Amino acid sequence: MATAHADNAQHALTPSGYIEHHLSFNAQPMTDGGGFWTLHVDTFVMSVALGLLVMGLVWLVARKATAGVPTKGQAFVELVFGFIDDQVKNIFHGNRHSFIAPTALTVFLWVFAMNSMDFLPVDWVAGIVSFFGGEHAKWRAVPTSDINTTFALALSVWILMIFFSIKVKGLGGWVHELFCSPFGSKVWVWPANFLFNLIEYVSKPLSHSLRLFGNMYAGEVIFLLLGLWAATGVSGTIFGAILGAGWSIFHILIVALQAFIFMMLTVVYLAMAHESH
Amino acid sequence: MNINFTLIAQAIAFAVLIWFTVKFVWPPLLNAIEARQKEIADGLAAAHEGRSALEVAAKKSEFTLNEAKQKASEIIGQAEKRGSQIVEEAKGNAKVEGERILAGAKAEIDQEVNRAKEGLRSQVSALAIAGAEKILRKEIDANAHSEMLSKLAAEL
Repeated sequence: MATAHADNAQHALTPSGYIEHHLSFNAQPMTDGGGFWTLHVDTFVMSVALGLLVMGLVWLVARKATAGVPTKGQAFVELVFGFIDDQVKNIFHGNRHSFIAPTALTVFLWVFAMNSMDFLPVDWVAGIVSFFGGEHAKWRAVPTSDINTTFALALSVWILMIFFSIKVKGLGGWVHELFCSPFGSKVWVWPANFLFNLIEYVSKPLSHSLRLFGNMYAGEVIFLLLGLWAATGVSGTIFGAILGAGWSIFHILIVALQAFIFMMLTVVYLAMAHESH
Repeated sequence: MNINFTLIAQAIAFAVLIWFTVKFVWPPLLNAIEARQKEIADGLAAAHEGRSALEVAAKKSEFTLNEAKQKASEIIGQAEKRGSQIVEEAKGNAKVEGERILAGAKAEIDQEVNRAKEGLRSQVSALAIAGAEKILRKEIDANAHSEMLSKLAAEL
């Protein structure tokens, strides 16, 4: 929910200032020049903490997993496990347990947790951070609304995709596929094949990462716009809070759905890499 | 929206998380679930086996029961037959015995009748002799004529 505190509204004097403040990363240059060598501390800390939290919780349950009557915690984890395993089983017909299924579980839970940070009231986060780091401290709580995160995941999957392609078909088989599918192995269609594959290899990580980023970023912007109602007084604040609650409820669907889509695409891409054309 | 080192840091974090899950999270869960699945499958198989064994046993018991019933009815039939046979035999024996007794009785009666007849005859002859004696008191010598009189009595 986006209930803006009055003092936050005072710091951000204009609507664009308020939004800009909330959409700025806590960027720390790692060298003097900054540039590429900059780390978004907020994104990194939040994502690592969430990753450790969710996978750690699952690990705590998995460590004591019993084949007998499961505890409630184990039953829940097994529910998630079964859900992911079923999805992977339908798409990938190899030994999914060695890598792809656990990867899918990681992606789903991690992205879900990162997306869920959208539910934290943006101004509460800003309030806590300004309490510790001063009023101009910046902190973005949703790692998946940082394009670096989504690109990092999509490119990792992309690299895994190429890795599995070469591992399964061999380097020669992979290059052969680059030039000989989808239109066939005649020499005069090689350029067309290669162009197609090139576009595919470029578009996969782009669509994979930008879909998640776009959804999460847009969701965050809408929370901020609703937060602006607080600037219009008490009734506006209440109105904004109601709208924010509504958007939060709707956003539950988006958070889960985008995590699911991201996981499914990961599995599909990795499964496609295993198939020979 | 600038691409920077965060991307690499996130990729590393992602790789570590995947490694962690592959190594520590997935296998124990999978093992637990697969072990349970096997246990359940084994249990179901055992139940199925038990059910079929029960079916076989039920069939067997039914067969045995039928056999026993058949045997029992056979035995009863035999016994009835034997009983009626015994009755028939007894009846036959009784008839023969009765006939024998009857024949004996008849023979005895005949004998008795003959004996009576004999008695009567001798009495009649005695009477006849006495009558004749009365008539012929003087002339007739009982000893001299007894042979003739007994011949006469035999003719009666």
